[in-house]
Amino acid sequence: MSIQPTWRLSGIEVVMMVEYVKFKIPTKQVSETKGVADLIEKAEEEGVKTAWHRFLEQQPQCGFGLLGICCRNCNMGPCRIDPFGAGPTKGVCGADADTIVARNILRMIAAGAAAHSDHARDIVHVFKGAATGEFKGYKLTDVEKLKGLAKALGIEIEGKTESEIALEVAHILEWEFGKPDDEPLKLLMATAPKKRIKVWERLGVMPRAIDREVCECMHRTHMGVDADPASLLLHGVRTSLADGWSGSMMATYLSDILFGTPKPIKSEANLGVLKEDYVNIIVHGHNPILSTKIVEVAMSEEMQKLAEKYGAKGVSVAGMCCTGNEVLMRLGIPPAGNFLMQELAIITGAVEAIIVDYQCIMPSLIDVAGCYHTKIITTEPKGHIPGAVHIEFKPEKADEIAREIVKIAIENYPNRPREIVNIPKHKVEMVAGFSVEAIVEALGGTLEPLINALREGTIKGIVGIVGCTNPKVKHNYSHVTLAKELIKRDILVVGTGCWGIAAAMEGLMSPKAAELAGPGLKVICEALGIPPCLHMGSCVDCSRILIALGALADALGVDIPDLPAAGSAPEWMSEKAVSIGTYFVASGVFTHLGVVPPVLGSQKVTKLLTDDIEDLLGGKFYVEPDPIKAAETIYNVIIEKRKKLKWPV
Amino acid sequence: MSLLGTNLERPTIYIDPKKCMGCRSCEIACAVEHSMSKTLFGAIFEKPTPKPRLKVMIADFFNVPLRCQHCEDAPCMKVCPTGAIKKSEEGFVILNANKCIGCLMCVMACPFGHPKYEPEYKVVLKCDSCIERIRGGKEPACVEACPTKALKFGTLEEILNEVRKERAEELISGLKVPGIVYMEPVVGEKKKEEKASPMDVYTAYLEVKWY
Repeated sequence: MSIQPTWRLSGIEVVMMVEYVKFKIPTKQVSETKGVADLIEKAEEEGVKTAWHRFLEQQPQCGFGLLGICCRNCNMGPCRIDPFGAGPTKGVCGADADTIVARNILRMIAAGAAAHSDHARDIVHVFKGAATGEFKGYKLTDVEKLKGLAKALGIEIEGKTESEIALEVAHILEWEFGKPDDEPLKLLMATAPKKRIKVWERLGVMPRAIDREVCECMHRTHMGVDADPASLLLHGVRTSLADGWSGSMMATYLSDILFGTPKPIKSEANLGVLKEDYVNIIVHGHNPILSTKIVEVAMSEEMQKLAEKYGAKGVSVAGMCCTGNEVLMRLGIPPAGNFLMQELAIITGAVEAIIVDYQCIMPSLIDVAGCYHTKIITTEPKGHIPGAVHIEFKPEKADEIAREIVKIAIENYPNRPREIVNIPKHKVEMVAGFSVEAIVEALGGTLEPLINALREGTIKGIVGIVGCTNPKVKHNYSHVTLAKELIKRDILVVGTGCWGIAAAMEGLMSPKAAELAGPGLKVICEALGIPPCLHMGSCVDCSRILIALGALADALGVDIPDLPAAGSAPEWMSEKAVSIGTYFVASGVFTHLGVVPPVLGSQKVTKLLTDDIEDLLGGKFYVEPDPIKAAETIYNVIIEKRKKLKWPV
Repeated sequence: MSLLGTNLERPTIYIDPKKCMGCRSCEIACAVEHSMSKTLFGAIFEKPTPKPRLKVMIADFFNVPLRCQHCEDAPCMKVCPTGAIKKSEEGFVILNANKCIGCLMCVMACPFGHPKYEPEYKVVLKCDSCIERIRGGKEPACVEACPTKALKFGTLEEILNEVRKERAEELISGLKVPGIVYMEPVVGEKKKEEKASPMDVYTAYLEVKWY
């Protein structure tokens, strides 16, 4: 059939392609990152769909969902509220737009907090096993940090062995999830600034147990429980605090104790880190427990030799998403890309295996891998994907299982379809691993130089940028543009997650990027030899930003909302980001969102989140997709805060 | 033929893209209506798979539920070599599947891109405006399913009156109609603040969208 119907999608011709790939993507406009366009073109030539293709197929996306006014919480529904008022204004149960929007956003927070905290639960399990010696493959690496944590939790450490201390810490942290009393979370009490705790106490949002708050979210949003948007959102605040100051915090602390607190480490980023003549393994997901083992085993003499037997020069590991960040900042493993680039890595044709645990793994990896030789290996009992090879990971047999997985990858090397391999040449140097401890060390052992720089106005403020990538907006454009605009204005940018990889691929995490910074920040970066954008870790490590803000506020004797600081999630998409955004706001941070959250269907909820909440918590949300305008606003907010502190602007 | 070429009593459908949420409820309702069982849970298991006759398309920031316009002077009817497309008494353009040979002439002739060839059916499928429902005194399935009344059904006269009324209200409440208007707007009593629509979400991405 020779008909080629053309559809117009906001000015771009969308041409019918091969039957499988319906849309042709305007590749040059899709991404800010080099190499992405070439690989999407390659995918189209080979008849492979990517997230961008599926995004176009999904258009138009349902307006009820976009505005957050559909409810599927009970089976009298599904119900929808007509935003124009001609149709129904209430669901069958009588819930109006305000209730429905608030309930939906609360469920998003619950899912996000659950994801981070369940990740933490797995780490506590391994931490405990390492302390008792049950899990031979793991040991307590950073004992200083362990002792510090124990002291903060009020554990007497004199005369106790490392493993005794660790067991006591593990005991307290295990109880964080499900302790039955109404006492506030212990890790939150140990790490959060006292002034903040008072604010939360006054509001009655002190979290009691992580699982309990998530459970209560599900209860409150069940048919016929909580209908008051304000009360629903306050519980969202409580749940997110349980995530940020306990769940995520715990994941960060224990990962550091188990695998070492990150220190500045050189690496490279972008798809060019895949190697032509090597067995390429990608670790993808979030948990460092498995990925660190994979890296250790893959780099061993035994595996390198085995690879040579199969005709490769050796084994090379690259990271993807946040587990990529975890192995990047501790072991210097180069990240191949961020969230939306997971399919592109397979499309290079040069990846033998992608080893995944959980979160942000697109099920489409199986479809894409089906067109190449790549093996997708799932490892978590809670993360199965039909069509993947499933090798269940058990910490007691960590090395053994890692060896089995790496072997599968190596044995797959001869199947590589050499005629269609195309690895983009782009890769950029970067420095990662700026944990709070590393930043303090770079400053000479104390926060004083940073505080002085802030007070004098050499650095105007600090902004934490975090979050995913989202096909609704140009890939990585907002991430790098916002960061560039901010450092130009002498604002130090720190961040985590997929933003970290985006900024690295743009070269913003190389000390050379100091050139792009404003005069004040440039001097500081050059003096310390650090980049103007600091990589603080994976998305669970947003807790590091909380610690840094808390330490700065305490040192200055003020509360976090008084600090010239802000947060941003320019391209967020996951429910975890909603939880992160909420605990940032709850911790008193002005938080920018670059993708519109599904709340516009209720004017009341929108106003609560972007306005009223500031009086209660000191932080609020601000939505602006255009990163240039957002940078301007964030700068103005920071200047206002400096004025209040009577600091020069 | 008159200027509109249409008699004002003719039942017709009005599409208001401003109100379309893009939820595609109309597409599902249409497929169900044209299934054997005429129920959702029955239709999803049928072979050949029931197909919607209309499709929600995006044009700039608007969602447009594009359906057959049942033209007065229908090009599809003119080009059909087998005479499969005929007008009903009510003025609807109806395709007789038994006479259709799948030559796709109508597909190419239609200025709205409406008729659709379905390999599973081996014939062209087009909107019949739910003629059986209308004869039974009901609205077409797509109109009934629309939760925001972006699709309206009635005689041409009724619809034109309704549209006129809406425009007049807009004019009075806040002078939303562009252009020069020679009338004094009513001040003081202002309509409640406009609620957000999907269009607000789409337009927010002007600077950062790639599609």
